Amino acid sequence: MISKGATRNSNSRRIKFARRFVSALLHMRNQNPRPGSLSIEGSVRTRSQRIKIAAYLSMAQAVGSRRAWSRAVLSKLGSRARRHMRRMGRSSLGSLKKKRVIRSYSPGELGQAKKLRQLVPGGETMDICSLLEETAHYITCLATQVKVMQTLADNFSK
Amino acid sequence: MSSRRSRQSGTSRITDDQIIELVSKLRQFVPEIRNRRSDKVPASKVLQETCNYIRSLHREVDDLSQRLSQLLATIDADSEEASIIRSLIAQ
Repeated sequence: MISKGATRNSNSRRIKFARRFVSALLHMRNQNPRPGSLSIEGSVRTRSQRIKIAAYLSMAQAVGSRRAWSRAVLSKLGSRARRHMRRMGRSSLGSLKKKRVIRSYSPGELGQAKKLRQLVPGGETMDICSLLEETAHYITCLATQVKVMQTLADNFSK
Repeated sequence: MSSRRSRQSGTSRITDDQIIELVSKLRQFVPEIRNRRSDKVPASKVLQETCNYIRSLHREVDDLSQRLSQLLATIDADSEEASIIRSLIAQ
């Protein structure tokens, strides 16, 4: 059950995501008129890879830093993080290194929780309770992301 | 005071009840198991289905990204405005 407040939140999140993502798409379209590969900061990425990154990044930005998973995505994909890691050396990498957290494992949770940790951004260092909460939020946002991308694809092909 | 401990939920030990509650809450978000009776779906199954669901969502994002990358070249100035508005309104 989703309460009314949560629906309002999810609507504004959906719109925030759609705006950012669409403007990223248009930016891509105007930037390079010819489709295909483009060299970015030394790494070659296809446009579909850039679109995928823009989608995850836009959703994380729409969520903000309220959630551990969105913070993890932002630090991994954000352009500031990329510039940081290239120019500076040890000092910033030290802050980006994962902090060692003592997790209290519950017996029986180990097997599937491990796979879940790998799927949810930032999941590696969470305790099991946070992991489950973050997973629920992550899933709703992912589903929204997919719906918006689907709608865009449907509309663009008309 | 250890900053690690303060980051965990209030108690120093996470109780089984807390986990059970969160797992059952998680069920609502996974379409596969949303409607099944809670006593018939063990926690391990919930976690497994959750992983499968996340992976399938990731695959959909991949497919849609490829589709959008092909379509991007074809959209023109007029239709994109309407598409954007339509997608923003769409439920």
